[in-house]
Parts: sequence; structure tokens; C-alpha cells
Amino acid sequence: MTDAIRNMEGERLIAVSGLKKNFGKLKVLKGIDESIDRGEVVVVIGPSGSGKSTFLRCLNLLEIPTAGTIVFDGTEITDKNQWKDGGLDSLRRDMGMVFQHFNLFPHMSVLENIILSPMKVKGMGRDEAESVARDLLDQVGLMDKIHAHPAQLSGGQKQRIAIVRALAMKPKLMLFDEPTSALDPEMVGEVLGVMKGLAEQGMTMAVVTHEMRFAREVAKRVLFMDEGIILEKGSPDKIFGDPENPRTREFLAKVM
Amino acid sequence: MNFTFLEKYWPYYLIGAKNTVILALFAVIIGVVIGMFLAICRIGKNRALRLGATAYIEFIRGTPLLVQLFIIYYGLQAIGIRFPDIPFMSGLLGINFADFMAGVITMGINSGAYVGEIFRAGIQSVDNGQTEAARSLGLSYNKTLRYVVIPQAIRNVMPALGNEFVVVIKESSIVSIIGIADLMYKANTVRGNTFQPFEPLLVAAAVYFALTFPLSKFLARVERRMRSHD
Repeated sequence: MTDAIRNMEGERLIAVSGLKKNFGKLKVLKGIDESIDRGEVVVVIGPSGSGKSTFLRCLNLLEIPTAGTIVFDGTEITDKNQWKDGGLDSLRRDMGMVFQHFNLFPHMSVLENIILSPMKVKGMGRDEAESVARDLLDQVGLMDKIHAHPAQLSGGQKQRIAIVRALAMKPKLMLFDEPTSALDPEMVGEVLGVMKGLAEQGMTMAVVTHEMRFAREVAKRVLFMDEGIILEKGSPDKIFGDPENPRTREFLAKVM
Repeated sequence: MNFTFLEKYWPYYLIGAKNTVILALFAVIIGVVIGMFLAICRIGKNRALRLGATAYIEFIRGTPLLVQLFIIYYGLQAIGIRFPDIPFMSGLLGINFADFMAGVITMGINSGAYVGEIFRAGIQSVDNGQTEAARSLGLSYNKTLRYVVIPQAIRNVMPALGNEFVVVIKESSIVSIIGIADLMYKANTVRGNTFQPFEPLLVAAAVYFALTFPLSKFLARVERRMRSHD
């Protein structure tokens, strides 16, 4: 193996090829080829029903792809042999996911939400898990909510906790599925702020969002999806400034 | 109407009520264990377990409790299975413990089918996003059920589970037929001893109601409080 190839493999965190997903007869993803490098922030935009959420959910196998391969950190995770004996679960712990509707566990306090997975999946001791949780809560400015229950938090606070919960597993890749779409407008900023900070720390991120300003400021690359394929991709300047595809132009005209 | 028999026979009702409550309590505990197992089988991926659990639930719900009681009581004896007699328990109950167990087990097996459906509905009422979040954090299917889904499901089903307890208290009157000295059996004894066929039944009905009514009122309050918590 030459140094050049080794270097390339080191940079590439996740590579997707020929990814297809059908729900019954409905073809949601019709063949996606894409890869994300370490430290890269990729934002996926597109009209609703274009398959962007499904694409994201295929990356951590919440949806099992109908066809295609995904190689994550050197492992072909779409290979069913990898899934046996809890293999699927250990593949997922290196990928954090943040959902539109937060999905915090309502029967647990903020702290318990955060330490559950480090303790039960990684076997971390309670003290260590708590100190990880405290560090992260401090970073997002929610230390005072450590013993609160999700029902007592605002939407923006819930989503910041959800981000912390995912980060507590020290993931290599963070997936964001419309993280601000269920928020009141005045709370969008605090969540995007946390995500921006994360990007600046070098986290590899794939973000599905309708926040075009965020895409412009934080993304290294923007993918425009429509009807199950990536129609156009490029730097934010290129996509927002000089889109080539008429559909991209039409979409941007509507949302901007 | 003549209720003077109560002066002499009121302890019968007390003992009967005590035995009815003990029977119902054990039956519900067995029912919860069976029901939890059935519910996990029914929502699981294993086809054989799913079919087995469904068959169990449909069969129990589709046949009379009286028939089930006779099948357990006589059937187990016919194939040579006899519950051991535990003198301490027999003394406590004032009846043969082995007979008592036939009643408890029948009620438990019966209740398990209904509790199974209660739990299944409870588990399925937990938002799928909860499971997705847990799985995305690397928790296995079993750990997701254990730490995330079932604790929420139990909260959702508490009212229905309490109601099942009320139902079991009432339905358990049927075990008097195999000689278990529950409330109904004791009422029958009083009827025989006093040659009064009617009035002792009224008292039995009143005692059943005195057991179930406060319980359902209490459950309604718990349910209201839980709702206001969410």
C-alpha cells in the first residue's frame, strides 16, 4: 500500500456507494454515491420527500439499505456478517444522531439521559460517565439543568441535551436530522450555535436542515437532493451563489 | 329481610374476603409475569414465539374461565400432578393449599392473557422515536426494551393493570366451585347454615363492592395524577 492511498483512507471517514432504499414499492433512494472526510461538515438540503432524512438514517443503519455499500472507518457496515452478536450495536456507538423531535427519555433526568449509554454500552463507571456529562453540559451552558427532567426544559434546551447525550459516546461522526425544525424560531439560534462550535472543534458532521444560513456559514460542502438522488453538490458559495441545476435554483428561490 | 345471621357469621365474610384478596393478588402477580413474557414475544422478531404467544392469548380469551378452572383442577390430577401441601399456608388460609394453588394458577394463567395484551398495547404506545434514539446510542434491542421502552410502558399501563386487579377480584368468585374458601364460598356456607338463600348473597355482593369500589376510585386518582405529571 502506498503512502498516498493510506493517507486517503485515513482522511475518508464514511463512503457510500450505490445506496438504494425502497419502502415497499416506493423508491426513496435511487442510488447515492458520496463520501465524507474526517472533520468535514456536509449539509444536505432539498425539498421534503426528497429522501434526505432516509439517506441520513441509512448511514447509521436505522434504515437498512435495500442495496449499496457503506464503509465507515474502514469497516463495511452494510456487510450483514458485521451485524452478528451485537456487531450492529457496536457499529452504531461511533455515530451519534440528533433527531428533529429530540427523543430524550422522559422518565429519566438530564444526567441519566446522558450517562445511560456510556454506562450500559461502554461499561463506563458512574463517576467517569458523570464527569463526561458535566464537562459537556458545561460546554452547552446547561449545567444548572443536570437534575431536571425533559418535561421541564424548553425545546432548545432539549435539543442541546440531545446533542450532549450523543456526544457523551465520543462518536466519530455526528448525524443531525433536521435538528431545528421542531423548534420555536427564537430557540433555533442556541442549537445552531452549539453545532457551529462542534464543527469548529473538528467534529465530522452530516446535517439535514432547512437553515440555509447555517449551511452557508458552516458547511464545507452542500448536497442538494431531489427525488432520491443527489442532484447537485459543491461548496456553499457554488450552490448558493451559482447553482447549475434548474431544480436547485427553483428550490433555493423558494426557501431563501 | 333478615340480616340477624350477621351477628354470628360476620367472621366468615372477613375470612372469605381475606382469601379472595390473597388469591387475586397472587393471580395478578403470576399474570404480570406471564403477561410481560407474552408481550415481549408478541412484539419480537421470532416468529415461533410470536405465534405461540398469540395462540395462548386467543385460546385463553376464547374459552370460559370455568372450563379453564376445571381443566387445571381435574386435568392436573388426572395426569398425576399435585401441588404440594404446605401446612403453614393451609393454616393461614384455612383451606388446603394444594387446592388453593389450582385456583391461583388458573386465575394467573387466565389473567396473563389479558395482561399480555395490556403490556403489548403499553409497549406499542411508547413513541418509536424513543427506540430509535436508544438504538442510535448503541443500545441493543434488549437493553432498549429494558431501560427505555418498558419503564415508560409500565407507567402507561398502570391504570389498566389496576383495573385488571379489580376484574380478577370479581372473577375469582368462580373458584368457590372447587372448594376454595373465598368470599363466595363462605357466603354459600352461610346460606346453607342459616337456610336463608338470599340475604347472605346480598352481603357477599356488598363486600365485593366494598373491595372493588375504593380500589377503582384510588386507581382513578393515580391515573389523574400521572396525567398531570406529563
